[in-house]
Amino acid sequence: MLSKSKIFFKGTAAVLPHMLSVIPFGIITGAIGVELGFDPILVYATSLIIFGGASQIIFMQLLSGGASSLVAITSVGVINSRHLLYGAVLSEYLEKLSIIKKLFISYFIVDQGFAESNKYIKQNKNLSNPHYYILGTGVTLWFCWQLSTISGIILGSFIPEELGLKFAIPLTFLAIIVNDLRKLDHVFVMLVSGFASLILFDAPFKSYIILSPIVALIAAFIMLRFKK
Amino acid sequence: MTWFSIIVSGIVTYFSRMAMVALIDRDMLNSKVKEVLSYVPAAVFPAIIFPGVFFNDFGSFVEYSNPKIYGAIVALIIGFYSKNVIATILCGLLSYWIIIFFINQ
Repeated sequence: MLSKSKIFFKGTAAVLPHMLSVIPFGIITGAIGVELGFDPILVYATSLIIFGGASQIIFMQLLSGGASSLVAITSVGVINSRHLLYGAVLSEYLEKLSIIKKLFISYFIVDQGFAESNKYIKQNKNLSNPHYYILGTGVTLWFCWQLSTISGIILGSFIPEELGLKFAIPLTFLAIIVNDLRKLDHVFVMLVSGFASLILFDAPFKSYIILSPIVALIAAFIMLRFKK
Repeated sequence: MTWFSIIVSGIVTYFSRMAMVALIDRDMLNSKVKEVLSYVPAAVFPAIIFPGVFFNDFGSFVEYSNPKIYGAIVALIIGFYSKNVIATILCGLLSYWIIIFFINQ
């Protein structure tokens, strides 16, 4: 039987390959926050309090572009609704834990950690303490995320504005979803969202950022009906 | 005000992580909802990518010679074939810089 710390570090090892994308993403997030004109302390606060790269970037981009708080907060909610799915899958492995432990582990649920944990725990059904694996992935990603966004904040203050670093925002998100272009159903949902955002761009309070995903998710729902 | 927004966003995000683990019975999410949730990235990110590439800072359509479009096309091709996040972002930025600093002088 594996000891708790062994399981924890197995989780750490599993997410190490992801650092190749997590660290640059963290640096970009920190640098863009500074570039958008936010106080370095505020930029870092998003890493600590929100702790979700894509939602941090969108949050800062929206606020700096004059969106209302309500729109910024709602779009963070829409983006992070995918965690509901992760939680639903992981809850099976966390059932026996006390509520305090559940509340603690929840903070560390992120994309890459979820993907690796789910893969490993499915393959090792008899694992005695699967939550240590989840924690190993989450805590490791957390530390790297904090350090890389801090590095980005420091770097960002040296990057000249002429470089147009803001263009890194769409490029970063393109890099996140580019692999899903291999799946036609995902491409369909992406095109609906993209064209909806161009049409709805002038909707008040920058609400296009919430309306376009909703339109695209409705399209996904309808598409699933026809697929069956 | 910004602090307030960050804290509320943090609470919303934490809730999204914690709800299914600690609060709600996971059977509340039926398979249909789960299936739709798996499309959230595909539904969210293009709404940032498209305006970021096709519009300028003032929200009007940029002309077809816009360097951002070429940068995005390069990033798309590199990303699709390399599956490498850093290469995708860097190649996109580099081609954008080459156009704005050397070609579109």
